[in-house]
Amino acid sequence: MRESEMKKPKMREPNDVILRTVTKVAVFIILTFSVHLFVSGHHNPGGGFIGGLAFVAAIVLLFLVYGIERVRRNIPIDFKVVAGIGVLIAVLTGARGILIGEPFLKQTFGHANLPLFGKTELATAVLFDVGVALAVIGTSLTIIMSIGDDR
Amino acid sequence: MIDSLLGWIIFLSLFFVVLSILATIYRLVKGPNASERMQALDVLSINIIAGIAIFSVFLRTTAFFEVILLLGILSFIGTIAFARFIERGYVIDRNSSD
Repeated sequence: MRESEMKKPKMREPNDVILRTVTKVAVFIILTFSVHLFVSGHHNPGGGFIGGLAFVAAIVLLFLVYGIERVRRNIPIDFKVVAGIGVLIAVLTGARGILIGEPFLKQTFGHANLPLFGKTELATAVLFDVGVALAVIGTSLTIIMSIGDDR
Repeated sequence: MIDSLLGWIIFLSLFFVVLSILATIYRLVKGPNASERMQALDVLSINIIAGIAIFSVFLRTTAFFEVILLLGILSFIGTIAFARFIERGYVIDRNSSD
């Protein structure tokens, strides 16, 4: 199959300089926005799910512009493992409640004095959100890569 | 909120944006070609962004700005994907193309 593809006459060279140049800037904007959505999810609209989906949008933009092989070579991560780790983190933060005799998925928070941020509110729901975000990223990228692989 | 002149202007502009969204949906359904439908989808998302912006001016809130940014990102990626599909016949390039 590879040889038949190699023997196929070469298509016209893609000339998408504008798209590549825009993508180099826009990917960083989208990644920053996904981190912003993830962090603001405790009190404002946002959260792990939508932050992970925005992250996936950035990676999909890279897939569209640079091709799937080149991105896979630069991000050599098996995204099924990422999804598994995410679900594991989410379940473990939920199981913390059972271990200390509280309901499942019971979350708590506290205030801490961090050196650079001053008095900061720290919540264990962020860890749960990390798990959700990793699960969403892994699942969506696995789906997209396995759909985009065979044509 | 609607009793001032600015309120009326915002309300009327929102009305006309909704009218243009309806006209764009007509082009999206009727459009004879795939490229017209793709352009109609892009214009539709831009109109929705404008409507959300006018609505957030109407409510005097900044809560919808993330929705605007997210819609812009998704419509950008969607337009690129549709254009790639119309031009080359596939969306994601499997082999590296550099």
